Amino acid sequence: MFFYYCRLAWLSIRRNPVLSTLMMAAIALGIGAAMTTLTINYLMSANPIPGKSEQLFYVQLDSWDPNQPYAEPNEPPDQLTYRDATNLKEARQAKLQAAMTQSAAVIEPKELGKKPFMAYLRLTHNDFFELFEPPFLYGQGWSDEADKSGRLTIVLSKKTNDELFDGANSVGETITMMDREFEVVGVLDEWQLKPRFYDVTTGAFNSMEHGYVPFKLRETLEMPNSGNTNCWKSPDGEGFQAFLQSECINYQFWVQLDDADAEQDYMSFLNAYVEQQKQLGRFPRPLNNRLSDVMEWMENQQVVDDDAQVMFYLALMFLLVCLLNTVGLLLTKFVSKSGEIALRRAVGASRADLYWQHLVESALIGVGGGAGGLILAWLGLQGIKSLYGDNLAGLAELDLTLVAIGIVLAIVSSLLAGAYPTWRACRIPPASQLKTQ
Amino acid sequence: MNHLGPIFRALLRNKVGAVLIALQVAVTMTIVVNAIHLISSRSDLIARDSGLDESNQFYITTIGYDQNYDARYVTDTDLDSLRQLPGVVDAVQINALPMSNSGSSTTIKNAAGEDAGDAGAALYYVDDHALNTMGIELLAGENFNATDITWREMNKGTMPQKIMITATLAQSLFPDLEPEQVVDKTLFNGDDEPMTVIGVIKQLHAPWVGWGNIEHAMLVPQKSDSVYAHYLVRTEPGQRATVMPEALAKIEQRDVGRMVLEHDTMTQVRADSYRNDTALQSILWAIIVTLMLITALGIVGLISFTINRRRRQIGTRRALGASRGDIMSYFLTENLLITLTGVVIGGMGSVGLNIVLVNNFDLPRLDYIYLPIAMVCLVVVGLAAVFGPALRAAHISPATATRNI
Repeated sequence: MFFYYCRLAWLSIRRNPVLSTLMMAAIALGIGAAMTTLTINYLMSANPIPGKSEQLFYVQLDSWDPNQPYAEPNEPPDQLTYRDATNLKEARQAKLQAAMTQSAAVIEPKELGKKPFMAYLRLTHNDFFELFEPPFLYGQGWSDEADKSGRLTIVLSKKTNDELFDGANSVGETITMMDREFEVVGVLDEWQLKPRFYDVTTGAFNSMEHGYVPFKLRETLEMPNSGNTNCWKSPDGEGFQAFLQSECINYQFWVQLDDADAEQDYMSFLNAYVEQQKQLGRFPRPLNNRLSDVMEWMENQQVVDDDAQVMFYLALMFLLVCLLNTVGLLLTKFVSKSGEIALRRAVGASRADLYWQHLVESALIGVGGGAGGLILAWLGLQGIKSLYGDNLAGLAELDLTLVAIGIVLAIVSSLLAGAYPTWRACRIPPASQLKTQ
Repeated sequence: MNHLGPIFRALLRNKVGAVLIALQVAVTMTIVVNAIHLISSRSDLIARDSGLDESNQFYITTIGYDQNYDARYVTDTDLDSLRQLPGVVDAVQINALPMSNSGSSTTIKNAAGEDAGDAGAALYYVDDHALNTMGIELLAGENFNATDITWREMNKGTMPQKIMITATLAQSLFPDLEPEQVVDKTLFNGDDEPMTVIGVIKQLHAPWVGWGNIEHAMLVPQKSDSVYAHYLVRTEPGQRATVMPEALAKIEQRDVGRMVLEHDTMTQVRADSYRNDTALQSILWAIIVTLMLITALGIVGLISFTINRRRRQIGTRRALGASRGDIMSYFLTENLLITLTGVVIGGMGSVGLNIVLVNNFDLPRLDYIYLPIAMVCLVVVGLAAVFGPALRAAHISPATATRNI
């Protein structure tokens, strides 16, 4: 019966090609707009590390100015001071913990003819690789000993390894940065977190670093910091050490806590730590420490762009207009079929039969509109890519889930749009129509 | 207009089509009004004057990587050779580029002590060539002297004695004083670092285009002794395209242990900074145009449907003496009634959506002038859409009344 209805629907669609095209076009436009904006929002708010997002916690300590909070209403700063980052690491009260900040250096390739290039680096502890589980192509992270002594080791991204060693296994080789020789201990495979949640202060959707080096080098090599540094008072004294020991915030700190108990214990540890620092004359504000898991932190940092959300809501309303349009057009179409409907009723089809038949027709129009809508969404995403360029890199790609959502959305909306016109068409009394034939 | 009564009563007998059109018009209007409002508020943002002579400026960013890289020597000699290049008006080393979205700021106070007034200010470390290079007008006081300029090392932050500030910053710190009166005032960086304002400049944007205090900027007479160097160069009008590659070649050909990281025109820096805003505008325009089109097509479809259903009725009216004009005006008036209802609902919807957007996304409040404009536009679109079908209706022959369908 279903296939028979499909055939009838196909015939009916072909009978009024203009009207049918108009309806499919309306649904396609609505779905296209909705899917384009949905894609951007969906990818922006995607969970970047689904398996672990509830075990990874971002640490915030309120070390800010006694006279005013870091941000209203009484928000703790979004980063830590160097002192606190190193102290928390040394305390080792969580299962895994890593401090980090962004840095940069020029890599001078040894091979003649290759130009020096600027590399963005992440200064971090070796727990980083266990916390965020990047895929390794060769080798592994550095040792605890390298963390403590600040040994000159580096883990390269795939891209950098391709650039420097043409993709070969470079573990054990050295590269030159800041006139020093860094030993390669590991090479990552392709790795792009979206959003790059572990440091959103330098752009949540930036590309990943060129390499990862031990955190200690910030101090021993005085490596520059290229993230945001915020201070509420000037360093006490001159020089790099004074700057490192100041109340300026520039470091992120992540811990892994496997269950609620661990979370509670770590929170008590943080509070005890701050109380102890208060004895030293630091932390002038009331106790206000925070642990946020990955999704909470994304929410707090408003990773999903306001513009993207506004566009999404406007696109949903756009879809609503398209649906109202389709309701109108379906009404037109079904009522113009009243003769046929009456005839089918007269020869014995029940109202329910007719109802199903016309719902199938609506759904078929929805499928057509959905397919068109996906093409339009793809075009729309290409347009958005060319408009935003690198600002939305990697966020304008349709995946299978989105395609499925698109099709379902199209069918559901066309069924919704078809419900009333179908009901109305089936209420046509057979006799009145047959008389005029 | 004497038809209004019957038209209205006829509408009530056939509500669905009318309600559909009115709703469509209402939602369309809600979207269009808010979209136009967003577009124009972004236009205001984009149109702000940075204070620079952007169309004649470009920048070059270099980084020294050699252990023996001598930042002071390289910077001074670079600046000399850039300034001597034909077609160059002036050049300056600067720590951050306006509108580039990366730079540094500090909080400055108008007096010592805890309860002094304060304001955030973007910091530009420059030398005495800054005003000429940027193309900024000095409103009051005087420019730096060559002898005022000192070197600033990385992570060492003592401020020199003399500074210049923008007029807006002066206004924020001393609301009651004219720029001339702010000259020679003492400001404080933190509690213990006094600085004297020697000049007030007209306009200069901070590096961050999204910052609320974008017009708060401060010039500090220091060159940076750091591996990074941004050179801002201003050329004679119209000569940027030829001067930029020459300047770049000049920098690149020196073998002093550094490399060029980036270079671009200031026009491009502005375009990049405001890229998200211009992109949003284009998308909203596309939405507005398609939406209007869809609504118009929807009206055409529905009206054609009602006209088809009323063929005999129209024929009867014609047979009873109604002119073609009467039929036309019947459908135009009917549509006018429907769209008017739609735009009234749409007006309320627009204000409602705006309130939601203001509350949730920090968007500016709606400028009510858009409401009547959008209403007129939609009514015109509605009438235009119904015109074709109405004309066809008017041509229905009176003889139709005598036939079956």
